[in-house]
Amino acid sequence: DIDNVGRKYHLKLVLEDILEKDNIVNCTAEILYHLGNKNAAPDVDFTIEGELKNTDEQDNIFYNRIKSLKKELVAQNIPDSHGNVPPEMEPIRLLARVAAGYVAWQNSTENTRYELAQIKDVRQVKRSDDYLEFDYMVLLHEFVSQEIIPWQMRVLWHPQHGVKVTQNSRQPKPAEY
Amino acid sequence: QKVFRVIPQNEEQVEIISALASSMQVDFWQPDSVTLVKPKMQVDFRVEADKSFEVENLLAQNKMEYRVLIDDLQTAVDAQFDSKVRASSHSYKKYNNWDTIVAWTADIAAQNPDLVSRSVIGETYEGRQIYLLKVGKSGTNKAAIFMDCGFHAREWISPAFCQWFVKEAVETYGEDSVMTNLLNKLDFYVLPVLNIDGYVYTWTSNRLWRKTRSKNAGSSCIGTDPNRNFDAGWCTIGASSRPCDSTYCGSAPESEKETKALADFIREHLSTIKAYLTIHSYSQLLLFPYSYTYTYPSNYEELNSIAYAASKELSSLYNTKYTYGPGAETIYPAAGGSDDWAYDEGIKYSFTFELRDTGTYGFLLPESQIQPTCEETILAVKYIANYVLEQSY
Repeated sequence: DIDNVGRKYHLKLVLEDILEKDNIVNCTAEILYHLGNKNAAPDVDFTIEGELKNTDEQDNIFYNRIKSLKKELVAQNIPDSHGNVPPEMEPIRLLARVAAGYVAWQNSTENTRYELAQIKDVRQVKRSDDYLEFDYMVLLHEFVSQEIIPWQMRVLWHPQHGVKVTQNSRQPKPAEY
Repeated sequence: QKVFRVIPQNEEQVEIISALASSMQVDFWQPDSVTLVKPKMQVDFRVEADKSFEVENLLAQNKMEYRVLIDDLQTAVDAQFDSKVRASSHSYKKYNNWDTIVAWTADIAAQNPDLVSRSVIGETYEGRQIYLLKVGKSGTNKAAIFMDCGFHAREWISPAFCQWFVKEAVETYGEDSVMTNLLNKLDFYVLPVLNIDGYVYTWTSNRLWRKTRSKNAGSSCIGTDPNRNFDAGWCTIGASSRPCDSTYCGSAPESEKETKALADFIREHLSTIKAYLTIHSYSQLLLFPYSYTYTYPSNYEELNSIAYAASKELSSLYNTKYTYGPGAETIYPAAGGSDDWAYDEGIKYSFTFELRDTGTYGFLLPESQIQPTCEETILAVKYIANYVLEQSY
């Protein structure tokens, strides 16, 4: 506890590459949850021991595939009810996970835990420049309340420039939820 | 009801069958009537369950050889009927819809009458039968372990595990010494899906539904969280009093027909149930009481070491890491849980499993992970069962 500021957590964690289970990286982080202003995202400072894997090759394959599509990509329910993800949608799902991670961070308090439950809808947004842009409607699962929260995210991506969530908004809970 | 097959060797034995038919209701399947019975003929007949003991006695006393053709006629008939109603066939490596699971419960009991019997412990809000499977070699004064799945509708891996467990039991009985011993000495009560209405709803309307489907007075919102609906610190912490919320505790403890049916059954069998296991997902956790308070249960040390060892067993297969501990500090404080309730009723070994994964797929765990998840989890369940068995003797 830090008087008049908030609460700080010192974490030691291990990062595991989803795509290559043997690839693990040690990490230390400091998280500061602010007192008072619950709308402010917690501060995060971290150090990674070593390097993260280079993914240029896979990035470029995905990038070129989307760039060469004749029509903008549109998809629903990733994964589907049975957990299936068509192989060509896997990068779309991973991109959503990263973007959702940002949204989770921005909305986290000491009493929340957000996970991406499902992509309800994703539409590619036409762009004249080099970037890929997707408009996602996702469902976030908040652990403590056990609620499923629809959230919309606009995501920009470029192999050299990384991921950026340009806009995001919480959606109202539809009746059947 | 049972169906017997007898081959009378002589006129004397034919006479015995005649006498039987006049002393009680006997329905002859072959031949059509008792008057047609002759020596050396295959005679098949049906009697009520409560008369079967008398019949077996009579036949044994008169040294007449007989065979029980059908041990439980109802179950066999159900199995036939349900097979035709099945939308698609059952697979242990896939998620099965409710109708398929119903058919499976009838089939598995009919195919393994000496190990599995099916009963109904109540009805859901929408009027569906809540099935319970009793798995074990029949015997007297046996201790039992109760395990339920499908509390929360969207946790599909949970019912998949209960089905897998029963499969393992019947398939490895007689071959795997651990399982054989467990089934000989213990009974397992396996409830494949408690929140059936919710489960059906996840198949037909909303894959991520959690609660039951009961109406709430004065609200347009549906459902109660079954795992906040038990009489254990009910609604004091980690539960909501608002019907629209996912952790709504209900209008009162056991307000839900499903939770009441479960609680009633456990209360009725309290003297034999030595352990209570409830299967959920996700997070890869093995939890024990309490969740409604941070206070430790009286046998905390024991539960903690069981959880440690069971988690280790589980991870030995695919290196899946589980975290274990008392509910409140390991996951979150939450009152009204069935594990805490069972514990306070006197079932000292009470555990909640949160199966795979830790968030990558969450509730939408791919079918390809059903088998590995079930295989590793069953190691933990067998460990706990063995531990409990050893304590009982």
